[in-house]
Amino acid sequence: MSAPLVESPPDDPWSKMMEAAIAGDEGVYRRLLEEISRSVRAMARAAFARARVGDADVEDAVQETLLAIHLKRHTWDPAQKLGPWVNAIARHKIIDAMRRRGARRSEPIEDFENFLAAPEEEDPHALSDAKRLMQALSPRQRDIVQSISLDGQSIAATAARLSMSEVAVRVALHRALKSLGAAWRRSVA
Amino acid sequence: MKTSELIAALAADPIPEPVDMGRRFAVALALGIVGALALYALFVGPRPDLAAALRTVRFNLKFLDAIALALPSLMLLWRLARPDARSGALALFLFAPLILLAVAVAVELMVVPSDQWLQRLIGQNMLYCTTMIPMMATPILAALIFAMRAGAPQHPGWTGALAGAASAGIAAFLYATHCPDDSPLFVATWYPIATLVCAGVGALAGWRYLVW
Repeated sequence: MSAPLVESPPDDPWSKMMEAAIAGDEGVYRRLLEEISRSVRAMARAAFARARVGDADVEDAVQETLLAIHLKRHTWDPAQKLGPWVNAIARHKIIDAMRRRGARRSEPIEDFENFLAAPEEEDPHALSDAKRLMQALSPRQRDIVQSISLDGQSIAATAARLSMSEVAVRVALHRALKSLGAAWRRSVA
Repeated sequence: MKTSELIAALAADPIPEPVDMGRRFAVALALGIVGALALYALFVGPRPDLAAALRTVRFNLKFLDAIALALPSLMLLWRLARPDARSGALALFLFAPLILLAVAVAVELMVVPSDQWLQRLIGQNMLYCTTMIPMMATPILAALIFAMRAGAPQHPGWTGALAGAASAGIAAFLYATHCPDDSPLFVATWYPIATLVCAGVGALAGWRYLVW
């Protein structure tokens, strides 16, 4: 008997959700991102507190992590669990955010798996950089991102309003999210 | 923008990234090597006594050195494209070319009289060696950096330096067919300097292009 060549994906809910998301299931993807955001928020809050920087930027770290997860999905190996991959990205982004606040990287950052039991909700008063960075987008891109994210419209409704095809709206949204990621990087540098 | 709003935008954007990291890495590497071969054909070329040189140990050792550098650094680079990568034991193989060179130098010092050491170390071609290797490495480095941009390396600077070392290893393999200096004393002095130049450029490119 020879060993199987390909490991079957581990029995891990997040990994399964991500596979469904990559296959195109928007609802599952949204739920996955919400779950991840809660865990990452708790992880970031603890890290910020330990480094004694105020938690004004916690939400930025969460959003940057989500955007990086979205734009770097293809670097996840489906044969591995999703958790450690998310953790690595979150850690990277949290350290970035803390450096911007002048914190030295001295305190260890706990894996978010330690926070799974105590997910935290977003502080409704936290203002994030994302709004400011939206200025980096073209008016059309901004319109599309706002319509879908702020106004909660569907792709179809947005396409109808702007008299664009749905595919064109999707492509424009995708480009806009990439530019948002790039603008974020520039603001870090 | 609230996080819930960002999530709505991200979820509405399920365009599967048509990025196949393995394919991208392989194609980039192949294109980079084609570029290096073109530069080799234009500016470098094999040495005239290639057939005779192939029968000497010192000449062939240069290729072994180059492979010992290129292979582990490429494998490690590929691994580092993932954000959750751990270099693991593979990083130890980066010492392989150094150990190989050290042993070769020790043997060379034993078999060659000491009054020839300096002459062999300086050789005939050191300036050429330290410029042609980085020159041929440039298209490979550029291609590797391009491929790695789709990845998410934890340490952009180090990853870039590794890409530089890998490109230097491949360029050194090509250059070795031209270089008339075969003594390990020469190889252990000037090839590493050329490699460090490439690694330095790679580190700068990493800071500039591999940050995500």
